Amino acid sequence: MVIMNYSNNMKLETKTIGNIFADNPKITSRNVNVFYHDKQAINNVSLDVGSKEIISLIGPSGCGKSTFLRCFNRMNDTIDGCKVEGNIVLDDQDIYHPSVDVVPLRAKIGMVFQKPNPFPKSIYDNVAYGPKIHGLASTKDELDSIVELSLKNAGLWNEVKDRLQSPGTGLSGGQQQRLCIARAIAVSPEIILMDEPCSALDPIATAKIEELIHQLGKNYSIVIVTHSMQQAARVSQRTAYFHLGELIEVGLTKQIFTTPQDKQTEAYISGRIG
Amino acid sequence: MSNNNKNYTLMDAKKAEEIVRSNVKKRKRKDIVLKSIGQFAIFVALSFLVFLFASIFAKGIPGFFQHYVTLEVNLDQKRLDPKGDLSADSLYSGDARKLVLEALYKEINPKGRKQKKAAKKILSSNAEIRVAQMVLENPSLLGKTIPITFALDDDIDSFLRGYIKRDTPERDRRINDTVIKFVNVLVEKNLVDYKFSDYILSGSASRSPEIAGVKGALIGSILTLFVCFILSFPIGVATAIYLEGFAPKNRITEIIEININNLAAVPSVVFGILGLAIFIGVFGMPRSIPLVGGMVLGIMTLPTIIISSRAAISAVPPSILDAAYGVGASKLQTMFHHVIPLAIPGMLTGTIIGMARALGETAPLLMIGMVAFIVDIPNSIQEPATVLPVQIFMWADFAERMFVNKTSSATIILLVFLILMNGIAIFLRNKLERRW
Repeated sequence: MVIMNYSNNMKLETKTIGNIFADNPKITSRNVNVFYHDKQAINNVSLDVGSKEIISLIGPSGCGKSTFLRCFNRMNDTIDGCKVEGNIVLDDQDIYHPSVDVVPLRAKIGMVFQKPNPFPKSIYDNVAYGPKIHGLASTKDELDSIVELSLKNAGLWNEVKDRLQSPGTGLSGGQQQRLCIARAIAVSPEIILMDEPCSALDPIATAKIEELIHQLGKNYSIVIVTHSMQQAARVSQRTAYFHLGELIEVGLTKQIFTTPQDKQTEAYISGRIG
Repeated sequence: MSNNNKNYTLMDAKKAEEIVRSNVKKRKRKDIVLKSIGQFAIFVALSFLVFLFASIFAKGIPGFFQHYVTLEVNLDQKRLDPKGDLSADSLYSGDARKLVLEALYKEINPKGRKQKKAAKKILSSNAEIRVAQMVLENPSLLGKTIPITFALDDDIDSFLRGYIKRDTPERDRRINDTVIKFVNVLVEKNLVDYKFSDYILSGSASRSPEIAGVKGALIGSILTLFVCFILSFPIGVATAIYLEGFAPKNRITEIIEININNLAAVPSVVFGILGLAIFIGVFGMPRSIPLVGGMVLGIMTLPTIIISSRAAISAVPPSILDAAYGVGASKLQTMFHHVIPLAIPGMLTGTIIGMARALGETAPLLMIGMVAFIVDIPNSIQEPATVLPVQIFMWADFAERMFVNKTSSATIILLVFLILMNGIAIFLRNKLERRW
């Protein structure tokens, strides 16, 4: 058991090896436990996400990294019997406080899913949907420019600008995923959560998305769950290794992949488990 | 692995191939047996269907036609319009019947009281009303002598179709030799026509088959289904949306679910008893009206709509829900912007099934008195009416020979109505279905 110094001089109990803190934290999570009915999926995890930082969560299947990711925008609320304990603070606000409404929270924290899931609507409507429901654009021109900028930032504009009214589901897998990223950034979030965004894509599409993640990292905090250690090594500044619902080790990506402190981490990244 | 495996070696490839080859025949034979059983089942089902349609159409198509006689009627003003004001009252109290009979006697020359009595049987009892109506619609006809076509009495119609045979002994026949002689005179003079019935589509319930029609029942069915749809579709869909999207999963919702599923299996006559007890008994609504009928059928249709709507909603891929929640859509927005548009075709399918069942339902309507013999065509949901299946049921019960054909004709009309209704719903469904 390592006792770490909390920023406000409180003591934090954690078994995690490495520095869980970020210099300029956007999200601070403390002692998070997640239960599905009686089964505990996340066990006492504490982790900071820095401002404009890309952090990747790695670990074997079923280790709880996706569950932990979905705590940040309260997507777990939609799952029956899921209970989240602990403290997750976004910009000084406890996001699990009863007074918090998930709608503005999710506008602030965008999410990209494992399988590209564009709405069965046109490309334009896919991107415009978020701004529309949140009332971000007051005129049609404003909405048009939001759609254009979002698609540009997602690196999709040149490919779709001539067919904005054609169905989003008619795009290729990689394009669909970039459309989903455009949809997420159209509501001007501060944080983007990505749940294995490339696992359904071919290497070329993956490379494009990774390049995009790299670009987006300049403006957003990004938390990415990935099964590919190469991907984690390529895109992220920090890496957190999960195993059986516990956060085993966290540190700078370079350090995790070259000199892991924990035996399990080492075994995983060298390909012996997972 | 256990140690016992040590002694085993895998089979020689050649030998394995031989065994597989010998099995293939047996497997293929089983495939063929299964396939032929399936084909036989389809054949049996199809032959029943063909038999059903053949028998309905063979009887029903002639039911749309009937025999008419054309007579030169002198529309004498004084006798037709005794009060002289051209009002319906005056015309219906006039002497139209005599005028029509005189026109008939002119053609067949009956001698004596007995023959005249026989001649009176030739025309439908509706003849005089037809004359009065014609004059009412067009008073300028008064005073002229014009040819008017009258329906023949159903017994004459049956005779002309060959249902009543000449060689049957006279006392066993519904019409006697004198009548047959007169009819033959009319046929020889080329005054009798066999043509599409004026009454089957525009007539109302009647004990005389030659003037009985389905219009009243058809309008009653439309009004009843209208009430049924207005009641069951919104409530059914709203219930499904609440249960799928908003209801907490607890004991109460579980009990509600079980009850809805049970309701779908309740015999329809029970809903009729419920309607009788609640709507007529407690609320004191009148019997036989489409409003009550529609409400009863609406309650009966509800579970079907709820169950299929719920299935349609839960078939919407969860990734779409994730996507919507992910960009910060509220529950309501997710439901109305994403789930319902995708589920609407499924909801409509359930509604079609439910409404089709409601259209063909007789038992619950018998309980609330929609089986009454109603001659007036209903104008609103609050006037007594009957519906097509009940009309069919009643006609099937009548003794006159021509009602056999009319029953099948009404069945054809019911089927056409059903196909039309389903066609509209399928058209709507395809239009609303998103194809990407």
